[in-house]
Amino acid sequence: MCSLALFPPPLSGGQITLYEANNELVAGSSPDCYEKQGAQTLSALNFPRETLKPHSRPESSSKAAFLDHKDTLWMRSAGAWRDAGLSGLLDEITNSAEEVPKWLAVSSGCVLALIRWMSSFHGSLFPHLTLSGEEMTAEFSQVSDSAIRSFAWHPHTDKFAVALLDDSIKIYNSRSATAPTLKHRLQRNVSAMQWKPLCASALAVACHTCLLVWHVDPSSLSTRPSSGCAQVLSHPGHSPVTSVAWSPSGSLLVSASPVDTAMMVWDVAAENCVPLQRVGGGGVTNVSWSPDGSRLLAATPSALFRVWETRMWTCERWPCLKGRCQSACWSPDGSRLLFSVQGEMVIYALTFSDMTGGPKSAAVVADLSETTFSGIDDITVGGEVQSLAWDPTGERLAVLLKGSSSHPAIIAVFKTRSSPVFELLPCGFVSGEIGAEPRLIQFHPHFQHGALLTVCWSNGRISHVPFYFVSVGRPHTGGSPPLPHITSKIEDYSTTHTLYTEQIS
Amino acid sequence: MLSFNQDCWFVRKVVRWRALASIAWSVLLLPATTTLFVFLVRFSLFHPVEWISECFGLLMAASTIFSLILLCGVVLVIGFFNLEGYTVVPSIPCSRVALLAKVLHPRQCVHSLVHCTVGMMVMWCASVMAGGRYQALGSPCTRGESADAPEVCLNEYHVFLLLAGAFIGYSHSFLGVVQNMNYVSFQIIQQYKYLRCKGSLPWVLKCSAVQSLYAVRNYVALYFFFGHIPRAWISNSLNLPIDSSLHSLDSLTGLLDFSLLYHLWISGAFLLLTWYITVLLFRIYVTEAHRFPVQSTFAEDAEQCLPKVLSEKRTPIMKFLALQDLALLSQHSPPRRQEVFSLSQPGGHPHNWNAISKECLALLSDLTQRLVAHHDAVASNGRARPPSATSDTRTTSNSSVSSAVVSGTEDLPQTPRPSVLLKTPGSVFLKSSGRGISSPLTAPFTPDLDSPFSTPSLRHLAAQQVPQQGQWLGSVQSPHIIRRGPKLWSTSTDSQANGSALASPVPTPSSPPPEQKSSFMAQWLQNRKEQVKGFMAKRVLVVYLFNKLPEASSQALFADSQAHIWALEGLSHLVAASFSEDKYGVVQTTLPSILGCMLSLQEAVDRHFKLPHASSKPVKTSCSMGDSTYKTLRFALRAALKTSIYRITSTFGEHLNAVCISAEHQKRLQQFMEYRE
Repeated sequence: MCSLALFPPPLSGGQITLYEANNELVAGSSPDCYEKQGAQTLSALNFPRETLKPHSRPESSSKAAFLDHKDTLWMRSAGAWRDAGLSGLLDEITNSAEEVPKWLAVSSGCVLALIRWMSSFHGSLFPHLTLSGEEMTAEFSQVSDSAIRSFAWHPHTDKFAVALLDDSIKIYNSRSATAPTLKHRLQRNVSAMQWKPLCASALAVACHTCLLVWHVDPSSLSTRPSSGCAQVLSHPGHSPVTSVAWSPSGSLLVSASPVDTAMMVWDVAAENCVPLQRVGGGGVTNVSWSPDGSRLLAATPSALFRVWETRMWTCERWPCLKGRCQSACWSPDGSRLLFSVQGEMVIYALTFSDMTGGPKSAAVVADLSETTFSGIDDITVGGEVQSLAWDPTGERLAVLLKGSSSHPAIIAVFKTRSSPVFELLPCGFVSGEIGAEPRLIQFHPHFQHGALLTVCWSNGRISHVPFYFVSVGRPHTGGSPPLPHITSKIEDYSTTHTLYTEQIS
Repeated sequence: MLSFNQDCWFVRKVVRWRALASIAWSVLLLPATTTLFVFLVRFSLFHPVEWISECFGLLMAASTIFSLILLCGVVLVIGFFNLEGYTVVPSIPCSRVALLAKVLHPRQCVHSLVHCTVGMMVMWCASVMAGGRYQALGSPCTRGESADAPEVCLNEYHVFLLLAGAFIGYSHSFLGVVQNMNYVSFQIIQQYKYLRCKGSLPWVLKCSAVQSLYAVRNYVALYFFFGHIPRAWISNSLNLPIDSSLHSLDSLTGLLDFSLLYHLWISGAFLLLTWYITVLLFRIYVTEAHRFPVQSTFAEDAEQCLPKVLSEKRTPIMKFLALQDLALLSQHSPPRRQEVFSLSQPGGHPHNWNAISKECLALLSDLTQRLVAHHDAVASNGRARPPSATSDTRTTSNSSVSSAVVSGTEDLPQTPRPSVLLKTPGSVFLKSSGRGISSPLTAPFTPDLDSPFSTPSLRHLAAQQVPQQGQWLGSVQSPHIIRRGPKLWSTSTDSQANGSALASPVPTPSSPPPEQKSSFMAQWLQNRKEQVKGFMAKRVLVVYLFNKLPEASSQALFADSQAHIWALEGLSHLVAASFSEDKYGVVQTTLPSILGCMLSLQEAVDRHFKLPHASSKPVKTSCSMGDSTYKTLRFALRAALKTSIYRITSTFGEHLNAVCISAEHQKRLQQFMEYRE
């Protein structure tokens, strides 16, 4: 098992990690390094928060923004029904007791009390249901406080989409100068995006009320595609959507909402969906498809996650001991799942194989508890995992560690090896400018010379950190020799940190 | 509606057993729905204990048991109709008059009549179980003062419920036609039957409640206006007088009885629920994936193997399930893919792959031809050309279905088109439709086409084509004919007028004198025809009935596209898998034809989506049992086609430059390889 103590000490004094070569992370000293280094790979982008205006209007209604105006009861009731549903209607009737018959006011008051009692009971079972839509998005998706809400690389070309704080999406293409901006009336609170595999143009966006699928013609020169290019997919009760995942074969799209206990499997072109309902857990927060398409992870807001097999769509339940599954990633061959649990500073691994009917327990593969490196000034790193990313060659694992008041968030990069035994080896820390914390990480899907990690920082900068190495799968033409590694046995810890599973259909 | 060939082993061995199992399960579910119904219909808010004990007593009563047996019979009848009427290729009427013809079809009339009767039976059971004032047809009269008053009067509540049953039965049958309820669609994902059933039950419950609400609304309105007619008739024929001291139900006071409406709604929902569950179970059972062996060691099982089954045309359900199985095996099971790529033992021929790829390519090129024909018909704006254009492309499609590359009209110069040009008698229409070869304006002037016989021969040719092709695409062909319907009410004059009508406005100096005479006649006929047309076009009803429904022709073209989607998925996954799994290179030999076929289909689909109405999305139907998947199949096909081509290009990458396909296709393929489509 790997721990942070084995890592080379992080950079200090405002140094910036630029790239990895010959098994070492190379640092530079100024932010200009990004531009210099960007010349050879991809340009770095900067989105200062000040230039973007978030939506000032809260989600629920525009009522408060206008002067009080006396409508008829009928109009107000209709408005309340439209804005807040049944409870809003009842509330309106109860509040205007002098205009309605007494029995109506009393009975609606009773029903309202009953509904509130029921929902508070329901909420006590699943506390996340009491959150508002925006809070829920912030809680369960990777969306952060920075100017960049979400980031997505295209799986086949040098193209990526960036969702910004003002709910617009910009698409950058290495081969064209135009950067189309996508805006849509329903595109609020973007929480996740993903490009469709085996397609040049389709981008799925998880929004506050619905799911949008943009079709951005790559050869078009338009900088502002009309909202007619977007397909709106919505299902009653399925909002806010916090996660989307395309199947690697490009035929299906799965979306999840923490409020809805069903996750939706969409046939996007035909716009029909099949809900897959499992009540336990109270919702689905995060879905992620294994790269070979055979399995799908569905995390819930409770201490439980499911792994679906995608042939007959049955699932295994994996109850966690401590908290909900915070983040997870699949190995490139789809046989191994790494995940982290809220409240624990470790990374677990689950290994699947077709032969034995699945694993019985998860093993701890890395310990991320806080470690202090003593040098010129003591630097503390470690903490809970915010997100995990595994590069497509399966050789580098980037772990974004949550910061705390004493130390900032940081990215720890591991080298991974799957034979003879699966193990994580330390590689190094990726640090950015002073005051900038990493918020989102993603690997480039087909970088030729190793792996390319794209990091979105809290100051709105997007930078690319290349890792130059020769992959095991490729012919070996002389490269960096492997590091002498120090690892302890996995077996020592797997007995104490295990999770139990019950298999249900 | 399909009539099954009784000899097909698949129907005998699989479909029938599946239907039987589904009916058995719906019978087993009856007691549960009946219990639910009894509890809801006898609901009383203020006497809960009485309510529950009464319901349990009722469930044990002999009348309820008898009703249950009767309901079992009803479910059997419904299940039989499901089995007889289901289809995997919906028939889409292209105008309102075609829809009307569907509704008035004798077979449909029988269907409606049976459903009316069966609906009445269910409602009789419901009224017996509801008890109280609904219990029996006769009730003791309340009128006491006159001595000669009869003992038993007509119970209008009972009649009201029975008629409601007939009405709901008819509306179910009617909506079944309008919404294509007999269409069975396949799910996008595979699920176990139990889980699928469990997942759809809440939706079916909601659906039956909502539909029952609509039916109650319509029925109450109908009864308010016409209720006295059946009541008087029943009262006369059964010699039961109407109790005049009670309010009659076709008045406002009679109908605004809340408990009556509630009971009516619950009973209607119960009726629809039992039927819907039968339909649902039938759909789930019939669309369950069936595993066909790829090859068999025994000769007698050879006809049950995938390559043989795929080429079967008479049993669409078998063909669809086989294609689905192909798509699944190509995605999920490497050992079965190995069987597809394997060589025959003596001889070493890749028979399995050849048969499978040939069948898939034939399906796809058939769709390409259909799209090209439709496009030409629309482009020529329906002027006398569509039949010929259709027939001509059909000929090419039939003659070259087995040949590898079949392309659209313009894209490939090396297609067998020129030879066909010479052979086909009606080359005028062909030339005018094949714009790449000669411009449509010059075509009518060429001397060899002035013969008035060209049209009948063409029509004969078209008539030959339709049954030949329509064996399993029968319903798909119909729109062409129906669409032309409105223009054909003057066809009696057509055989003469058609050929020369085109020629007559043009000064043709070379034409001999007798031709001119006939051209005068034709002119006169043409004028008459125009007058009749103009007269008819002014009548609103005629226009309303005969106007083409928007996007219906587009839907009809793609009605069976689920098969094409699976063929595309299966082919592309197999080709992609062959990159690493195909030891003998059997796939490489067909790769050019597969790519060519997909790219020409891609072009045809692209052109089709440029037509008006083709890319407009249908309105979502909220809550009905009718499956509207077929309305969006064309979008699904377009997406599946692109994904399939991308799957092949992303797997093979640069190697595809070595595949020899035409320059046109090479250019398109390059677009795909650069991810620019």
